[in-house]
Amino acid sequence: MFKVADSPLDGRVPDGPIADKWDNRKNELKLVSPNNKRKYEVIVVGTGLAGASAAASLAEMGYNVKAFCFQDSPRRAHSIAAQGGINAAKNYPNDGDSIWRLFYDTVKGGDYRARESNVYRLASVSGNIIDQCVAQGVPFAREYGGTLANRTFGGAQVSRTFYARGQTGQQLLLGAYSSLMRQVSAGKVTLMPRREMMDLIVDEGVTRGIVCRNLKTGEMEAHTGHAVVLATGGYGNVFYLSTNAKGCNVTAAWRCHRRGAYFANPCYTQIHPTCIPVSGDYQSKLTLMSESLRNDGRVWVPKSADDTRAPNEIPEDDRDYYLERRYPAFGNMVPRDVASRAAKERCDAGFGVGETKQAVYLDFKHAIERDGEDAIRSKYGNLFHMYEKITAENPYQVPMRIYPAVHYTMGGLWVDYNLESSVPGLFVLGEANFSDHGANRLGASALMQGLADGYFVLPYTVGDHIGKHGSSLKPLGNDHPVVQEALESATSRVNSILAVNGTKSPDSIHRQLGQIMWDKCGMARTAAGLKQAAEEIRALRDVFWNEVKVLGSGDSFNQNLEHAGRLADFLEFAELFATDAWHREESCGGHFREEHQTEDNEARRDDEKFCYAAAWEFQGVGEQPMLHKEPMEFNEVALSTRSYK
Amino acid sequence: MSGQGMNLTLRVWRQAGSEDKGEFRFYQLNNVSEHMSFLEMLDVLNEQLIKLGEEPVAFDHDCREGICGMCSLMINGQAHGPDNETTTCQLHMRRFRDGDTITIEPWRAKAFPVIRDLVVDRTSFDRVISAGGFVSVNAGNAPDANCLPVPKQDQEKAMDAAACIGCGACVAACKNASAMLFTSAKVSQMSLLPQGKPERARRVLNMVARMDEEGFGSCTNTSECEAACPAGISVDNIARLNREYLKAVVFSDEGI
Repeated sequence: MFKVADSPLDGRVPDGPIADKWDNRKNELKLVSPNNKRKYEVIVVGTGLAGASAAASLAEMGYNVKAFCFQDSPRRAHSIAAQGGINAAKNYPNDGDSIWRLFYDTVKGGDYRARESNVYRLASVSGNIIDQCVAQGVPFAREYGGTLANRTFGGAQVSRTFYARGQTGQQLLLGAYSSLMRQVSAGKVTLMPRREMMDLIVDEGVTRGIVCRNLKTGEMEAHTGHAVVLATGGYGNVFYLSTNAKGCNVTAAWRCHRRGAYFANPCYTQIHPTCIPVSGDYQSKLTLMSESLRNDGRVWVPKSADDTRAPNEIPEDDRDYYLERRYPAFGNMVPRDVASRAAKERCDAGFGVGETKQAVYLDFKHAIERDGEDAIRSKYGNLFHMYEKITAENPYQVPMRIYPAVHYTMGGLWVDYNLESSVPGLFVLGEANFSDHGANRLGASALMQGLADGYFVLPYTVGDHIGKHGSSLKPLGNDHPVVQEALESATSRVNSILAVNGTKSPDSIHRQLGQIMWDKCGMARTAAGLKQAAEEIRALRDVFWNEVKVLGSGDSFNQNLEHAGRLADFLEFAELFATDAWHREESCGGHFREEHQTEDNEARRDDEKFCYAAAWEFQGVGEQPMLHKEPMEFNEVALSTRSYK
Repeated sequence: MSGQGMNLTLRVWRQAGSEDKGEFRFYQLNNVSEHMSFLEMLDVLNEQLIKLGEEPVAFDHDCREGICGMCSLMINGQAHGPDNETTTCQLHMRRFRDGDTITIEPWRAKAFPVIRDLVVDRTSFDRVISAGGFVSVNAGNAPDANCLPVPKQDQEKAMDAAACIGCGACVAACKNASAMLFTSAKVSQMSLLPQGKPERARRVLNMVARMDEEGFGSCTNTSECEAACPAGISVDNIARLNREYLKAVVFSDEGI
């Protein structure tokens, strides 16, 4: 199903002890002087935490920036939906936290499949992020003395998570957005909302710009510059149902992949343990209930599979608090992959609750008895409110019913230590890259990574590319052959979709794709299932190109066409996803292969054969992709079996 | 799942583009489950329309969990429909009855021109923020986060104001299409926090001036905005903005 490259892939990690690597690299990077920066243009695609913070920071430094998003405003990016918090090794609670501990927890939480040096840098700039956000006016929770408050998240035994009620992502994004809008008013950032990136412009192996479709007018536009920064989020919507926003898509990343950017570890998917269960076949998305709820909520199912009593009528002796039973050290605060698999195991064994039996209880009874309803309301009020809106049940009185759902994707475009992809001049940040979370992301780390990349890493490294190549990159006009080719290819793809004129809506085909992915590439995977999934995906791709029906035209606002275009890319990407999952014959983090588990159903890694990042090179649709292996070396944190018992 | 859902008549605003006059069209939708969200009901309508060869209804939406502010819709004359503090995406069909006729329109305001059907252009909100809704601090300049203690009650009030999702319901609900609730939420957040103090006079003057330039109407204190707001933003913020504005005009060098 794939070919293997001869030589290993180099992540270009700097020399020196782990704590000095980032400083060493910064000392080597080329600088661009202030009066030269204003001659250069950087294109930033995506305006979530990573994109908005990068665009604002680059503009503050003096570069000219164009910022693109498919939504009507940069403030809508899906970072806004992150609820629980952001990690930082401030050690304000004086509970023994340090940069090293945050680094260690993140490497271990990622099941030893992340690049150690990137994770250390992430931990070491984490404190600066909190400082920056507070300076912007982000209203983080505080103690009565006026200092910042912290809470605990999964996979950690210290309190290092900063939060703004259950709306941390919203407040951090609005902080980054406010910095971005300040640069808009200063004339340094040009906003390009309602644009979908359709292609990457590459000339002589170097990134030169993008092609995007103006979603209001349908016009195909080329924008060129001296570097392109991709911060376009994850690909969870390949599963159709996920906690992602409806617009989240793989198109920008996939189009870059087709132009030469390697795609790393696509099979690493995070299935979040606490989401509101599916209620019917019209379901359009799933809603997350923040991991922070596990600080006070206790997860349980009845001890007896045929217990039909209402939850509040089941006495303590008849309840199985299975996370506390299996993992006494971490209890309800085990990492997400562990909690999700444990929920699936209980439900598959017949102990699930609710109408569908595909749910477990998350119960706040004890917390309310201990701290009072007001205390719980002040911590989680908006989440409880959201739960009640969706389910019409009051979680202050009856336990929540929850079930795992696709939430985050650790895989993404391959980047080196500088966050530069395999196509020079294309940088990839945040969820869109693969580098920091290995095979499983810990809670409250996505916000940290997005902002670390955007505020404190990319602004340094992009200068190295521009310092080296900037003066030799002359502007490309729309009549340049590579620009022409990219514009024509994007236009012809839109026209081909419109020309099919079949009978099936994009939504119906997307749901079919989601079903294949959930059944065969979801929480438990097998070699046979994955192979079959790849075949079914290929067949479904044919269905799409022969039977999809998209009404209206390409030269107007056409949401159905947008969806169809994204789906077409998901249908190509999904096959790579299945191939990657099939090739990785081990279990690690969010990738669980049934053939590779311990006697007590824990993931069994194979460090001898698979301690590498799998970076795939595109060879054509339906062609066997080329595997490049970047070895993951662990010099600081010894490879060991992850245990939360 | 019960097979017996609701049968509904939908009266939906259709408008092919900003220059088009637009009109209401009626659609019959049967067997609607009470557990569906309002937007899922529109998804089902659109699937039905595609089958019949009619272009689906355009409507803005993204996160579908009430936080991104992308969804909108006037539902039976109410912004985001009948529930308090609820966005359209969080509104569920159990709120409606079998046989109901539901009228669905876009936000209507001069500063929010219609793009297509139920989709409007809200970039005027971005321009109001760019006039002053920020603290001027570059990345890398910040002192340690705990250098500046903020009293918990001030932080809580700032958070109440900062919860605005920028959806525009306040404008749509206001008979004058005023953006005072939106603007005041940002002005309040910044004026309640010490970080926002150095620029408070410029901020309020510039943001209010921009709001007027964008074509939003004046505030006449009818509080429809507060009633319609899905994020629970209080009109107290408008009072705070007015105080900030007065102070800026009377006492600051910026006000003249």
